[in-house]
Amino acid sequence: MLGGMTAVTLNHFLPLPLAIVLAVVLTMIIGAVIEILFIRWLYKPSVLRMVIITIGVSILVREIALHIWGEGVRALPYFTGSSVSSINLGGVYVSSQVLWVIGIGALAVASLTAFFNLTMLGRQMRACAANRDAARLCGIDAGNMVTLSFVLSAAIGAIGGAIVCPITYVQYDSGTPLAIKGFTVAILGGLGNSTAAVGAGMILGILESFSIWVLPTAYKEAISIAILLAILFFKPSGIFGSAEAARLKEF
Amino acid sequence: MVRRHFPVAAFAGLIVAIQLATLFTGTPYYLTQLTMTAYYSLVVVGLCMLIGYAGQISLGHAGFFAIGGYVSAFLTTFDLQHHRGAFVSLLEKSGALVFRHDVYGGSLLTVHPWLACAAAILLTVAVAYLVGGPVLKLKGHYLAMATLGIGIIVYRIVLGTEFLGAADGISEVPGFPLPGGLLITGNASSRVSNYYLAWGIVILGMVLLLNLIRSRVGRALAAVHGAEDAAEAMGIPTARYKLHTFVLSAVFAAVAGVLLTHYNAGIGPSEAGVMKSVRYVAIVAIGGMANLWGALSMSLVLNYLSLRGYFGTYDDAVFGVILILIMLFAPDGLLRRHLLSDLKRMVSRNPAEEETP
Amino acid sequence: MTLLSVRGIGKRFGGLQAVNDLSFDVAAGSIKALIGPNGAGKTTIFNLVSGFLHPDNGVIVFGGAEIQALSSCEVAVRGMVRTFQHIRLFPRMTVLENILVGRHVHSRAGFLAGMLSLPFTWKEERRIREKSFEIMEMLGIAGHAGTEATSLAYGQQRVVEIGRALACEPKLLLLDEPAAGLNMRETIEMGALISRIRDMGVTVLLVEHDMSLVMKISDEVVVVSYGEKIAEDRPLAIQKNREVIRVYLGDDEC
Repeated sequence: MLGGMTAVTLNHFLPLPLAIVLAVVLTMIIGAVIEILFIRWLYKPSVLRMVIITIGVSILVREIALHIWGEGVRALPYFTGSSVSSINLGGVYVSSQVLWVIGIGALAVASLTAFFNLTMLGRQMRACAANRDAARLCGIDAGNMVTLSFVLSAAIGAIGGAIVCPITYVQYDSGTPLAIKGFTVAILGGLGNSTAAVGAGMILGILESFSIWVLPTAYKEAISIAILLAILFFKPSGIFGSAEAARLKEF
Repeated sequence: MVRRHFPVAAFAGLIVAIQLATLFTGTPYYLTQLTMTAYYSLVVVGLCMLIGYAGQISLGHAGFFAIGGYVSAFLTTFDLQHHRGAFVSLLEKSGALVFRHDVYGGSLLTVHPWLACAAAILLTVAVAYLVGGPVLKLKGHYLAMATLGIGIIVYRIVLGTEFLGAADGISEVPGFPLPGGLLITGNASSRVSNYYLAWGIVILGMVLLLNLIRSRVGRALAAVHGAEDAAEAMGIPTARYKLHTFVLSAVFAAVAGVLLTHYNAGIGPSEAGVMKSVRYVAIVAIGGMANLWGALSMSLVLNYLSLRGYFGTYDDAVFGVILILIMLFAPDGLLRRHLLSDLKRMVSRNPAEEETP
Repeated sequence: MTLLSVRGIGKRFGGLQAVNDLSFDVAAGSIKALIGPNGAGKTTIFNLVSGFLHPDNGVIVFGGAEIQALSSCEVAVRGMVRTFQHIRLFPRMTVLENILVGRHVHSRAGFLAGMLSLPFTWKEERRIREKSFEIMEMLGIAGHAGTEATSLAYGQQRVVEIGRALACEPKLLLLDEPAAGLNMRETIEMGALISRIRDMGVTVLLVEHDMSLVMKISDEVVVVSYGEKIAEDRPLAIQKNREVIRVYLGDDEC
């Protein structure tokens, strides 16, 4: 939401690509500030405490956004073409923005995977997630890793917000449902597994879209959350995760 | 015995004092918000039981509140005259339905408020068991997420369902009759009696919860909260006790929803919003988590200020900030029991001990 | 008569076979000790028997019924209660309250009765208080009834924990290293207390490192090493057992 909103605002006086990049950077900074202000200095916070704090922070961010941008619905222009133009892909007409979304999404997943598997920093982050104390013993600064993960996820969230908002529009309160959906997808895919999360995200999106055939559109969001609950009830480790791994994980 | 009943009596005295104050200052209209505050307080003390004594957190109590309110509102306003079937006439014969007139003078055949209330509680219990049963076996934050989800589902359903009034909610809900000719309604003429009724119900709820805390169950809950594995080894079914407390606190929320809906003569989707749930949690947190009286007094102050509009457009932000600050600096709650003794211990402890805890 | 019978239980954690095909019996009214070098799997065995863990294979029979699939709570209800190696008293609760919790399985006031404070709950409450004071008198901790349990000296906390377990009126009491962290005098007192508990008719199974205590009070000793039983006999015979000496002192001694 922040990413989308900032990009829209910046686009008033900056060219589109620059506005998006700047919006992502700004959101990353905000993510880092939030982590440093609210999480970093806590001594061994429980996950529950962090969940509540982040919910509180999200309310704050939402309220601040409301006071800055008002209740108006905004959107970025389409990156290429316009809302009515479309591209013919083997008989299927697809809006150009959808291709942008898919393309940038794929790029983000690919670079994340590469980051976690190929770079030293990425490996250090995974080590921290698996066992914080052990990672610390190996000389990894766990605190920095948490900040970094906040910044990274803020960046990805902002990119997502910016590329989707020409289609879905953005408003001060469009963040919360997205957060829940994000959590759903993450649980569904098994936490800490970005490739599986993409699969889970697709499943959720498809289920949600098909639900419109059977149920009123207004229930769309309720459906995705009901799926989250079902997963929590029956397979808390996620459909792609193993039960063994879930038990070992702190979260 | 005296020590036990003193806080209850003191609180009842406070309620009377507030009413007298409004009487002498000529501000009886404050009583309307104070009555609404009472019903919200019922949610808060129920939630306090769950958070403080069972150590579980729910971010969906507004959802349970709304389930109570909406079920009752719908059943007591839905005209059954044109839906006469075998079931309806059976209900009518058993005295479960009432004929009444709406504001325009037309006649309505609706479900009796007491039956509607019972239906609301039953549905709440069913939902709470369904959600809590599987989730309470997992770690604490999963209940937080699951209840947050339930809250949003309820919100989306009431917002998107035509016969529940969609964005407008349900209005023209009749009063709730009590024995002795009393009626829970927002009419200005019965403002004082409703004020006392509402706070009387809150005090009744408090007495029930205080009894529970002092009982075998309360002791078991404290044990589970303190050392779960040891409690389990003493034969306490920890998961079941947590579940029952969760359902109990959901019922408190639902009853509050039912009564406030009858008092306000209506309910809207905002009652189910996530912000409301967060607000309840924030009040319990500032009240000291495991401190029913703290939660109740904070609820009285904060809900009243909020309902009177003192926080202006920052209403939601105020509660968000409260929640963050408490969680950052006093995760055990602000006005918690043992606060005094802990402070004393901190002061008297010498610095050398502090370094090697 | 056999009260507890462990037959061929095994437990694997990932690649580690923590307990392997282990069997032993505990006769009613006796004190049985489980000893072995560090890492032998004693605590795991304890957790398996008391329902905190479930064995991958094998059977545990307690009082004539199979219990290997029951939860620790159900096991406690059937009359097997344990203490913990690291004392697990309920914080923020007095000694009396800790012991009262132990009476949980012998009282029945539920949520509704508790909220309404029904008359039968008063009587029940009085009864469990009397019983709790009886237990505290016996253990000599009645003077501390109103003290916060976790503020007591370590040795006394152990006694409170045992008192809490006794309040359940168990048939079998499992003690996980009851003498850990106690000084010599306290250890001797602990030994006397355990013997007294046995004389009251409570069967005791304990894990312990302190050999002098084990040899003095137990009727029979089971020695485990790397999750397998290597000896089971009377204390005197165990002290002469070559295999046991080898495990404890290393190969070169033989």
